[in-house]
Formats: sequence, structure tokens, C-alpha cells
Amino acid sequence: MYTILQKEALNPTVTRMVIDAPLIARKAEPGQFVILRVDEAGERIPLTVADFDREKGTVTIIFQIVGATTYKLNQLSAGDSLHDFVGPLGVASHVEGLKKVAVIGGGVGSAIAYPIAKKLHDLGATVHSIVGFRSKDLVILEEEFRACSDLFTVMTDDGSYGEKGLVTNALEQLLQKGETYDEVIAIGPLVMMKFVCKLTREYGVKTVVSMNPIMIDGTGMCGGCRLTVGGKVKFACVDGPDFDGHEVDFDEAIERSTMYRDFERHQYEAACNLFKGV
Amino acid sequence: MPNMSLKKNPMPSQEPAVRAHNFEEVALGYTREQAMDEAARCLNCKHKPCVSGCPVAIDIPAFIGKVKEGDFEAAYEILTRSSSLPAVCGRVCPQETQCESKCVRGIKGEPVAIGRLERFVADWHMQNAKETPVRPAHNGHKAAVIGAGPAGLTCAGDLARKGYDVTVFEALHTAGGVLVYGIPEFRLPKAIVEKEIGTLRDLGVKIETNMVIGKVLSVDELFDMGFESVFIGSGAGLPRFMNIPGENLKGVYSANEFLTRVNLMKAFRKDNPTPVKDVRRVAVVGGGNVAMDAARCALRLGAEKVSIVYRRSMEELPARREEVEHAQEEGVEFLLLNNPVEILGDEHKNVTGMRCIRMELGEPDASGRRRPVPVAGSEFDLDVDCVIMAIGTSPNPLLRSTTPGLETQKWGGIIAEEETGATSRQGVFAGGDAVTGAATVILAMGAGKTAAAAMDAYMQGKR
Repeated sequence: MYTILQKEALNPTVTRMVIDAPLIARKAEPGQFVILRVDEAGERIPLTVADFDREKGTVTIIFQIVGATTYKLNQLSAGDSLHDFVGPLGVASHVEGLKKVAVIGGGVGSAIAYPIAKKLHDLGATVHSIVGFRSKDLVILEEEFRACSDLFTVMTDDGSYGEKGLVTNALEQLLQKGETYDEVIAIGPLVMMKFVCKLTREYGVKTVVSMNPIMIDGTGMCGGCRLTVGGKVKFACVDGPDFDGHEVDFDEAIERSTMYRDFERHQYEAACNLFKGV
Repeated sequence: MPNMSLKKNPMPSQEPAVRAHNFEEVALGYTREQAMDEAARCLNCKHKPCVSGCPVAIDIPAFIGKVKEGDFEAAYEILTRSSSLPAVCGRVCPQETQCESKCVRGIKGEPVAIGRLERFVADWHMQNAKETPVRPAHNGHKAAVIGAGPAGLTCAGDLARKGYDVTVFEALHTAGGVLVYGIPEFRLPKAIVEKEIGTLRDLGVKIETNMVIGKVLSVDELFDMGFESVFIGSGAGLPRFMNIPGENLKGVYSANEFLTRVNLMKAFRKDNPTPVKDVRRVAVVGGGNVAMDAARCALRLGAEKVSIVYRRSMEELPARREEVEHAQEEGVEFLLLNNPVEILGDEHKNVTGMRCIRMELGEPDASGRRRPVPVAGSEFDLDVDCVIMAIGTSPNPLLRSTTPGLETQKWGGIIAEEETGATSRQGVFAGGDAVTGAATVILAMGAGKTAAAAMDAYMQGKR
């Protein structure tokens, strides 16, 4: 059992949990992920590691309540336990040697982008961070990003906070001004990553994206997470989750992500109704 | 007097029309009387040809002799001297190519139903035995086993019986490996696997789930932790695809994914949180046991039509004969001498069909089987909304890429001595599918057994 040591709502639908998992904390690196099950009959869901503390033996996860399992996860409190917590899985983000990087986070994807921005900052790189949210009340990790960014921009779809517009608008402005980057790292919804890549291709800037497809085991066993990268089939769980964004077939990934949409919606509603009834 | 009937006592089974719609076990097992009557067919040959056909060398005539006498606990004791998982083997071993193929009674008529008797004895023990096994005295040595599948569990059981302090590290959340994620409930009930694993725990074997060795801990770290010898039984879990157009469409599964969703994650239960596609017309590509399992699961999930698409003919079909017969009885269609060339989809990337080409058999290839050759211009389209690829698996690269000095074959299999399981790393042994590539449960168990003996010798020699 893996005890939840802290729980904090970052916004109405995004929660941070600190989990007691000393063995995973010892090995985890930014970009890697864990797979968890809330209870004995639960499904396995992958979540990217949002932070870790090797000394305290803790791993932090940040998740958005999007379906039945994240809904159930959010019903737990500090002191409760997760049934299963496996990791660290996948290949760590490649950050060595990068001198100047634009880190782009969209929505809850910002939670995954943050540890990479922090690591780059700690390694002495210049970090320009751009994060995007639908509106002001959904903004997360602002202080954390500011602390590790040389330039920080918040975008909101409705203009209720920061600049109005999309992360691609902010990035394009920087590129137009003549900013150059060793790499752009973009983590967020598939559509966001697709358009960041479209933009950076025009400017010829290498772009790395973190893919989060449907997965079961996370060790290469099922192949459910497969995607096409550079015309070849890759497994996000063992070959990624980071990939060269200019090579990823986003349209295919977007279609594949909808495979169980109806089922998931039904399960989510059932979970909500169950808890409302209690 | 032996029972001279030329036929085996038939296995009581669920009716095909009924079982094709449920996940309960197909074969129901012999009664006490049926078992004793079948046991009387054994001639108790002096030279015991059947034993030479058993990868773990069970003393078959001896255990059958005890069944004949009605002393089932004594029969169980003989079985467990050689096998850690008799209730599993009695259900999933390909007896027709192993022990039963050597049976003298098989020369004129059917061989003795060794597998069915093994199953009977193991089940009888589970239902009737009251004592838990005696935990052997600890001999002061610690061994680690990677992977809680058939190879690893057998190795762990044998070492524990010799007094070793054994810890099994399993990547998934449940122990059992292919016995829980791959082989379906209707062929091997998970309660049976749990009980067999419970017996190993009673012997003192510790099982740590959620431990992906190669990620959370390396083999070298296991040695640092005081394990003196390590067995790698990590299996062949990486699914193969055909690399034909359309394989990433929605509705194309690896057999591993499909079976894991259905078996391990229990997607066959309607209220279960793990989904599986609502399948209507299914093509399963491949002809092994895994293909049969996938096809029969699809049928039980409510598919209207399930077809096995296999590029050779019935004669070359590698699945266990009983599985093929069961699949046929349940209504699975066999499209033999056909090979997929493309999977077809709609604008939302859902599978709408599979294009196949007819094959004919040419000259024998390296495997000795006649090589299938495509018939030019014979393409045709199958109307399917789901395709399951059951064309084999490869060993997972996780351990070979994180264990310096561990030599592997080009295709990824760990190189291990056949007689001992010893690898290129001192103290590291390996066996099962991780070494051979995808094979059978019993061969993996045989390899786990061999390695346990060699690890015992290694650890004792170190003292």
C-alpha cells in the first residue's frame, strides 16, 4: 500500500497528491511516469511524475478529474492509501546539454512540464515558460514556474488572466522577435502539442512532446499505447513518453485517444452518481 | 486387472452452446469414480515412457497408481515432488505432444488421460487437504526471482523447499504472469492460480508485486541487497505486429492487450472500470493457443462471428488440439491458408475490414513446415470491426538493457545454458520464455526447476 501523505486542490478539477513511495522516489526523473490503481478492482492509469523527493521518499502526482478513476482517486484523502503504485516507467526527459529552452505547458500538462523546467533551471539553462489555461480559476503552479523561469507567460483562452490567447500565440511572438531555442518542450493536450509542432516546424526549432496515450501495463506488454513516429510504430510506455514532435502522427494519436470515449463518459457519470448518493 | 477400454474416460464439460456465452470453466473435471476408473487403464510400465515426455519428470505411473488405490493425497504428494503448479499443468499442458504421446496405451487406442488425472488429484487436494505445507528450516541463503510466471514460481517453489529465503519480484499488480493475464478464466480459473500461489506463500516464498526490475531496482542492486543468486523469468511479453497498413486503427489489438483487458483487468464484467471494445465481427490472426484464447474470449464477449485467420493449414496449426476442438465446437470459424495484407478503416480510424490474400503451401522452410506462399490476385476483404494480432511475442528488453554483462541473442532472448540456466553473469540464471521466446507453461516450469537446482549448487558452493 502506498500512503497519500498530502492532498491539495490546485484548482477545482486538478489535485496534487504526495505519495509515500521511497523506492520510486530514489529512481524517478522528470518525464517518467507511474501507473496506479485506486482500489483492488480498479483500472490501471498512467500519470506522469510531477515531482519527487529522494530524501523524504515521496513522489508527487498531479491529476485532472476527467473520468471515473480520477474521480475516485480524488475522493481519497491524506492518510488513505493507493492499492498499487508502479514506476518509474518510461524514458526520462533528455535535458543534458540544453542551454536555452522554451517550456510550454497546457492545462494539467503544465504539471508535467514543471519538473522539466525546474531541472533545466537547476542545470543552468535559460528557461522561457509559457503556460496556457482556459481561464483564471484554472491556473496552476504559477509561483513554481516563476521561480525557475527566466521569462514566464500565462495565457488564458478568455483573457481572464495573463494574456488572452493560446500558448502558440505567445511562442510565435517570441520566435518572431528572434528568440532562438535549442529545443521547445511542449506538454499538454494533443491538439496543443500538434499546433506547437506546426509552428516550430516553420521556424526549424526542434520540439519534444510528451505523449500520454491509453495504456495498461506501462512496460511494453500490451502495445495499446502505440503511435506512429517518423513512419514507425513506437510504444509510448517504453520508447517514450517523450518523442520528437515533428515526427509524431498527431491525427492518429487524437483518433486513438477517443477509442473508449463513450464507455469512459458512462463510467464517469456512474462514479459521480455513486458518490453523490453517499 | 487393468481397464482395457481403448478410449479415455471423456471429460465432463459445459455444453458448447452454453459455454460460448460465459466465462466459467469449460472442462468440469473427473469425479472420483471416473478418475479411479481411468487410472486403472495405466499398465504401470516398468520403463515409464511417459516420464520421459514430461518436462519436469513427474513420476507418472506412481501417482496414477495411488489414484487407482483411491489414495489421492499420496498421489498429490508424488506430483508436488516434481511440479509446483499441478492444478495449472493438468489444465494447460499440451499432454498430447508430451507424456501422453509416449503412453503405451496410445499405440492401440487412446493414451491414459494423464493430464485429466493430474488435474483431478490437484483439485482434490485443494478441496480436501486441511494441512498447510510445512515450511522448511531456513538455510541462511537469500535468492531473488524476477517474474511471477510459471518459470519464476517453479524456481521459487523449489528453492523454498530447500530452505532458501526467496523473494519474487513481479511487475504487474498480481502474481501469475501469463497464467493470470493471458490464459482465460474458462480454461484456467484464476482462483486455482491464486490457490497454487498461496501454497508457495505457505512454503515461505515472498512475492512483491508492482516491482519492475530494470526500472525500480536493477539486478546489480538485488545483489547489493544481499540476494546471492538471481533467476530471471521475465517471459516474452512484447507483442509482435505484422507491420501492415492499418495496424494502428481503433479496433486492432495485440492478443496481449486484448487478453490482459479481459482476463487480468476483468473487462468481461459489464460494470468493470477497464473497457474493451464492443466487438461484433472479429478476426484473430495466428494459430497458436493464444489465438484460440483470444477467439474464444471474443465469442464470450458477445461477438456475432469470430474467425481465426492462419496462413498455413490445419495440420500446421500449433495450438493444443483440445483448444482447437473446443473453439470449433463453440462456433469459431477457421480461415486457413489466408494471410492479412491490410486492415481497412473509416474516416474516424475505426476498423471496417481486413484484406487477406489466399496462400498455398510450398517447399518446407527452416522449421520443417511447408512454407506458405501467397496466391497472386487472390485478395479478398473480410467484414470485421476488430482484429486481434496473435502472431507471437518477444522478450522484454528492460532487463537486458539494464544488466551490464548479460548476453542475449540478436532477437532478444537471454543466453542461458540449457542444463543449468546459467547466464553470462555470475550468479544470474534465466529460464522460460525470456530465454526461449514464446513457448509453453510447462517448458517454462521445467526451466525454472533446472535453474533452481543449479542455483542451489551455486549458492552451496559459494559457502
